[in-house]
Amino acid sequence: MTISMTTLEAETGGAPSVDAAPPAPRQGVWHHLLRNRGAVLALSYIALVALLAVAAPLVVKLSGWGPYEFDQAAIDPNLGGLPIGPLGGISAEHWFGVEPGTGRDLFARIVYGARTSMLIALAATTLTTLLGVLFGLLAGYHGGKVDQVVSRVMDFLMAFPALIFMIAILSALPASNRAPLLVLVISVFGWPYLARVVRGQTMTLTQREFVEAARASGASGWRIVVLEILPNLRSTIIVMTTLAVPGYIGTEAGLSFLGVGVVPPTPSWGQMIAQSMSWYAVDPMYFLLPGTFLFLLVLSFTVLGDRLKDVVDAGERR
Amino acid sequence: MVRFLVTRLAGMVGVLFLVVLFTYAIFFALSPDPAVQICGKNCTPELIDQIRTNLGLDRPFYEQFLGFLSGLFVGTTYGTGPNAIDCAAPCLGYSFQTGQPVLEMFEQRFGVSATLAVGAAVLWLLMGVAGGMLAAIKKGTWFDRAATGAALGGVSIPNYVLALVLQYVLVVQLGWLPFPQAVPFAADPGQWFLNFVMPWLVLAFTYASMYQRLTRANVLDTLDENFVRTARAKGLAPRLVWRRHALRPALTPVVTLFGMDFAGLLGGAIIIETVFGLNGVGKMASDSITKNDQPVIMGVTLVAAFLVIVGNVIVDIVYTTIDPRVRIGARA
Repeated sequence: MTISMTTLEAETGGAPSVDAAPPAPRQGVWHHLLRNRGAVLALSYIALVALLAVAAPLVVKLSGWGPYEFDQAAIDPNLGGLPIGPLGGISAEHWFGVEPGTGRDLFARIVYGARTSMLIALAATTLTTLLGVLFGLLAGYHGGKVDQVVSRVMDFLMAFPALIFMIAILSALPASNRAPLLVLVISVFGWPYLARVVRGQTMTLTQREFVEAARASGASGWRIVVLEILPNLRSTIIVMTTLAVPGYIGTEAGLSFLGVGVVPPTPSWGQMIAQSMSWYAVDPMYFLLPGTFLFLLVLSFTVLGDRLKDVVDAGERR
Repeated sequence: MVRFLVTRLAGMVGVLFLVVLFTYAIFFALSPDPAVQICGKNCTPELIDQIRTNLGLDRPFYEQFLGFLSGLFVGTTYGTGPNAIDCAAPCLGYSFQTGQPVLEMFEQRFGVSATLAVGAAVLWLLMGVAGGMLAAIKKGTWFDRAATGAALGGVSIPNYVLALVLQYVLVVQLGWLPFPQAVPFAADPGQWFLNFVMPWLVLAFTYASMYQRLTRANVLDTLDENFVRTARAKGLAPRLVWRRHALRPALTPVVTLFGMDFAGLLGGAIIIETVFGLNGVGKMASDSITKNDQPVIMGVTLVAAFLVIVGNVIVDIVYTTIDPRVRIGARA
């Protein structure tokens, strides 16, 4: 699933329906979510990574080594630059050991890598959600020609081998300032999956009595969309967005892994794993650490999305 | 049916044309000057100019694009006079790095990628669909919980991480498997299997997990449907309820997904082949990314798009035959 959009596609089938009554009140959702052990664990891990990302400079000050500092004393030049000490050089000095060859502190690089991952995933999620909701509402509410155009564009984008095309575009673009480009490319290929669901639900909602009533009382189209339709889409949007986040994190890591994502020396988990490939046989900690952090983050968002969907679905059935 | 096929195929050609146009435009607009790259170290401005004229790089965009398009269908000739190179259709151009025709590079590596893809697909269908059905039948048991947990982990672990973990444990530490190499089946079937089994597993695992989740959810949904309740109420044996009523509708979405995923496997192959060093089309793509060899990247993009789009059309056609609700008559 790292990079395939099909995960998302598989999930959309089960997106909450709009046939049911008004959306579950937010307190209810939180309440149910916090009583679920998996969801709490997932939320805690996400909060931890987010905290590391936000406070990266402070955390690194505490641990003593920055992400770009080389510690020649921690590697053994006679062994081709392998870290000195067991488990990839884990010690009181270097909490997660050091990078073989360079001696850069792995803890600092993972903390700063969290920054990259979270920032790109957050930005891509925001942009994708904006585009998806906007075009979904536009197509669903207006119908006709607008719908035709938007739907064709969505079909086109979804029929695309997104990963390969992302690689092709990114490899052709200049290497400077990759982060915004990554966000843009991920979002361009990501929005149709949300837009398709929003469009369908908007079409259903537009036929409902309360929308007709609003229209009869003279509300403008804009007002109907924002005040009558959008609030009813809230749970769908939240669930689908949460389920999409792990895909974006995986995509960023995958692209960085292939060398078309975040450019060194800026650390990113995917890129660290790519670099660890030449060392994996002699220093397994080098790929295990970023690999575990990445795996747990994707897992947490997947679990959270699953639970959120269950809670919202159950709320609508009540 | 004929009309449906014609519209579908026409749509396919349209999308393919757009893909070619987009890809070409992106490479035309964004790539650094290929002439400089081909020219190499001992380069003079005259030489660059000559390469440009030979490749037609001095002509306007639409002319180059038309040249590329006609190359795809009827072949093309680069340069003039004794230095001219003929490139027969479908011409995807020449690698900037090796000077080899891109199509030939494809042919040499396609077998490895196809072996990888087919083997992985068999594995993931077996693991995913069977696992999902069993989990749904035995809902709530330890098997269901174990399978569902494994699938949750499976959709979350990036395949390159799994690849490194497996390679470290199975090859480096335990020595049970060899470092994967593309041994041809004809040379040694046993070695062929041992070499490919780990790449298959890694590529299949993510998909298997997705299919397990999807199948389980679909089967459980179907069991709630009225027609299943009716079948049960009229006293049909549980085994027959499963086989005739629950599984078929639950598996239709799986068929759709499978067609698209299989066609899109080239994307997954890029990562797997890179990690394991298998010399297939995916490895070729990732190598050409590092070397900035654009005709090859573009060739891979086009072939991948072609596969995905053809896959989509096939899925549509298959879908109309297995799902009565979307038969053509009902659509109009």
